[in-house]
Amino acid sequence: MNSFTLTQATAADEAVRDLTSHDGAAYLGGGTNLVDLMKYNLTRPTHLTSLGLLPLADITSLPDGGLRLGALATNADTAWHPEVEKRYPLLSQTILAGATPQLRNAATNGGNLNQRTRCYYFYDLATPCNKREPGTGCSALTGPNRVCGVLGTSESCIATHPSDMCVALAALEAVVRVQGPDGERTIKFEDYHRLPGDQPEADNTLKAGELVTAIDLPEEGYADHFTYLKLRDRSSYAFALVSVAVGLKMSGQTIEKARFAVGGVAHKPWRDQEAEKMLEGQTASPDLFRKVAAKVFAEAKGYGEGSLHNSFKIELGKRAIVRALKQAVEMEYEVNPNAFLNSNP
Amino acid sequence: MSQTIATPPTVRLDSDVIGKPINRTEGPAKVSGAAKYAAEFDVTGPLWYGYIVSSPVAKGKITKIHAEEVLAIPGVQRVFSHENVPSLAWFDRAYKDDVAPGGSPFRPLHEPEIMFSQQPVALVVAETFELARYAASVLRIEYDVEKHNTDLESSIDEAFDAPKGKTGFLPPPKPKGDMNKAFAEAPHKVAGEYIHRAQHHNPMEMFATTVDWLGDGKKMKIYDKTQGAPNVQQYIAKIFGLSKDEARIISKYTGGGFGAGLRPQYQVFLAVMAALELEHSIRVVMNRSQMFSMGYRPHTLQKLRLAADDLGHLQAIEHKALAETSQFENETETVVNWSAILYDAPNTNFDYQLTKLDLNTPADMRAPGAATGSFALESAIDELSYKAGKDPLEFRLLNYTYEDPSENKPFTSKRLDDCYHEGAARFGWEKRNPAPRSMRDEKGLLVGWGVAAGCWDASTQKAAAKAVLTADGHLTVSSATNDQGAGTYVIMTQMAAQTLGLPMSQVTFNLGDTDMPAAPVQGGSWTANSVGAAVKNACQEIGKKLLKLAQKIDDSPLAGVDFEDVQFVDGHLRANEDITRSVAIADVLAASGEAKLEADGKAGPNPLNMLKYSMHSHNAAFVEVKVDEDLGTIHVTRVVNAVAAGRIMNPKTARSQVLGGTVWGLSMALMEETYLNKDFGRYVNHNYAEYHIPTNADIHKIDVIFVEEEDDIASSIGVKGVGEIGMLGVAAAIANAVYHATGKRVRELPLTIDKLL
Repeated sequence: MNSFTLTQATAADEAVRDLTSHDGAAYLGGGTNLVDLMKYNLTRPTHLTSLGLLPLADITSLPDGGLRLGALATNADTAWHPEVEKRYPLLSQTILAGATPQLRNAATNGGNLNQRTRCYYFYDLATPCNKREPGTGCSALTGPNRVCGVLGTSESCIATHPSDMCVALAALEAVVRVQGPDGERTIKFEDYHRLPGDQPEADNTLKAGELVTAIDLPEEGYADHFTYLKLRDRSSYAFALVSVAVGLKMSGQTIEKARFAVGGVAHKPWRDQEAEKMLEGQTASPDLFRKVAAKVFAEAKGYGEGSLHNSFKIELGKRAIVRALKQAVEMEYEVNPNAFLNSNP
Repeated sequence: MSQTIATPPTVRLDSDVIGKPINRTEGPAKVSGAAKYAAEFDVTGPLWYGYIVSSPVAKGKITKIHAEEVLAIPGVQRVFSHENVPSLAWFDRAYKDDVAPGGSPFRPLHEPEIMFSQQPVALVVAETFELARYAASVLRIEYDVEKHNTDLESSIDEAFDAPKGKTGFLPPPKPKGDMNKAFAEAPHKVAGEYIHRAQHHNPMEMFATTVDWLGDGKKMKIYDKTQGAPNVQQYIAKIFGLSKDEARIISKYTGGGFGAGLRPQYQVFLAVMAALELEHSIRVVMNRSQMFSMGYRPHTLQKLRLAADDLGHLQAIEHKALAETSQFENETETVVNWSAILYDAPNTNFDYQLTKLDLNTPADMRAPGAATGSFALESAIDELSYKAGKDPLEFRLLNYTYEDPSENKPFTSKRLDDCYHEGAARFGWEKRNPAPRSMRDEKGLLVGWGVAAGCWDASTQKAAAKAVLTADGHLTVSSATNDQGAGTYVIMTQMAAQTLGLPMSQVTFNLGDTDMPAAPVQGGSWTANSVGAAVKNACQEIGKKLLKLAQKIDDSPLAGVDFEDVQFVDGHLRANEDITRSVAIADVLAASGEAKLEADGKAGPNPLNMLKYSMHSHNAAFVEVKVDEDLGTIHVTRVVNAVAAGRIMNPKTARSQVLGGTVWGLSMALMEETYLNKDFGRYVNHNYAEYHIPTNADIHKIDVIFVEEEDDIASSIGVKGVGEIGMLGVAAAIANAVYHATGKRVRELPLTIDKLL
């Protein structure tokens, strides 16, 4: 029988000790991904360290002007938190573009970072997958791969990170706080998720036993110029084909500071700091946006033509960046993520 | 809404329930959870669970099943596979169900050969569901893998003319004139290739069977998810050599079917086999991935050529289709014939072929064949209208058929023209700027308006019903039909109440049990018509008995009155000529001293009428799309769906049917596609997250118009059925609207973002 033991930890250090003292253990947050993985027999933890009682569900202001999002705050509570809505509307909008209300009510912020890919082959035990079983091969390289990536891919894996929230966190330059057997440390968001390389089984840079305790947002929330543009196969409950999170600081028509990240195209939320620099100090214009978009996808590689394959994401991604930058400059789009795929000009 | 309801001679309209928007009688049970589905029934003794193991390979042979490893797990009762499946019926015909296509039906666990990916290869039975699922997941099976072919496009050379063999399949119409010459010489012409890949039905309720082992010989109560309990019963009885008494099939509620439940699915075979072998109650439920292991709307390639003269009259129609089927059965759909019914031309050519692939057999899926054919036809007609310089609606009216050219027969009724007119008026079609790319909304999005027509059979099948009127005045009517959400419960209650003039509250309609009179599978839009007529006939027989009893009463006010001259209203029998000559049904029953009156009713097709007439329902769908051209996003912001389908028994449930059909058409146009990985011969997006159907956020305003038809030839009760017709036209209208918005003609479904980049 597929049995497991479960401990209800009450503090982060206790949770880390509990997990590291069991072989084959996993942390259980909201369970919206892990329980699916267990039902699909993709993972069979023999012990679960439940995090539900940890005091990590608060959202609190930081002395430096930032905001701390507890790892166990739900996605819904985070999106609707007054401080998040006011100071980080990009994050609020992005979270609400993801999943469904039911999932957002259960899913935690820490779990959102650590959710696994939605690549078809990862979930199908009948097909090879290097992420699931290293060394078996990547079925997505030649098979239908509409959900897969075109940037930073490798011959061993072209999976994408499925999160919407993380795309905004990348643009906002969040910092991930973790606690492990050796104590606490912080990880810059751009360093948190990794590219597949020849180790696609590792989604992120967490070390064994490390637990996400919080996500810190810097003071700058780009509340005056932001957008999350999500393009998908239906208006709700669909992962992004391409998404773009943008935060800008503007002075008149001049872009003073630009941060953006692209989702649905890579093993991690894709930031291109050179492309961001191309925007800074410049006057907003379609030409500029097109150049920036071309820069981001200059090294992109598609895996096959037609609607079942993902080469179209390169052109779509460029157009999405141009549109998202325009929306963030003009701030004349509909914020409701369920209105027309959030893509109105 | 058109409400020109006249009185066809065979139906009394003196009651007030038929044609009224009455709520579903089963609604409270469904929303309160009291309604039980196949996997929810309790059994008399302990229940064991069977979990299905599916093949990971598309073609090959099982060489070894390590059952002993799994049987060592405490609580695992049995591992069924081809190695230990009991000896069963030998000939194919035992496995043929009522709606099976030609060929040799799939026999679960019959042999080690693998014919399609996800073929069931074993059933693990254990004492709990979780244990069965776990044991199934660790069951090691070894295969000799052979090279498979699941690629339709590269197998065109192996195509063959679709053979007869499936009930209801019409071979392509015969050619007329000289297609090639007419096409070459015509001033206006279009030629296009159309494609959609496999689509799976995906009803919400998973296929499931609970067998209640009654401990009395081989007697079982078999609760099954199906669209036709009698079809399952004859299948199970033949295969396992059981009597009807032993294999009672019960299917009170069906959580969606859409055609997936027309044929008995393999879980019912596995559950019954396990129950008989173990002499124990068993439940087998498919998982969501396994819902992609069964029938599907087949990947189909179509070619159309149309030509018109200077005035816009069609001169040439050619429609060819090639569909996939399995290696073991020839699933056939009526795909191209619609082009010969909706339109006419002096020069025509039709062709319908199949290719065998290493996949499971396709299955009927909502408006099978017509959904496929009419998408291509109505796209091409639209394209030709622009070539001919005509408004797409005007072009359709110009080429309107008043008789069915495919068989040179008159239609029993066809108010498609009124669907066009009333739909256009409601939609505001006259405000349409005919030029592509000419309309934008206030936000700058491209706006397109499209129209397309649909056509479906109005057919009648053999059906039976039983009516029982008890001394307390309550009428109970039953038939072993099905309600997969269509509203069968309420419309049959209406029919019974209407016929005997009783209030709805005094009538109960029961269905979904093979102890009841036989009825056909619920499909083809024939239930309302076929079962409705049987219910009416059964109730009329009760009415005749009541009249006889009423006339036995001393000084009966109805003495000497013929049944034809009696009406049943408000719980009374009354003489048509003088409604004061009246007797209450309650008084008749009381005077008679009878505890109950019983009667059977039957209905079926009228072969003479079928020879003389063409019987069809029609619709016209008007669609508005908004397209964000830079991003390729399409939104259907408005639909008007005008339907001519005879009498509408209940405008509320019929409207729901057409709303559902419209959403289905939208889904086909914009979202649905099962991704086949040809390296593995396997569908890979086999879950609700990646097989996309619309969410609430995708659906905007939908307006349904019923253009009622007076038609007592297509059906004795004037009903044509609305199960399929609502989805037709919608997909083509969307593609046509996208063309009007963008100037881009997309002939491949679904119309996903990438197709407009």
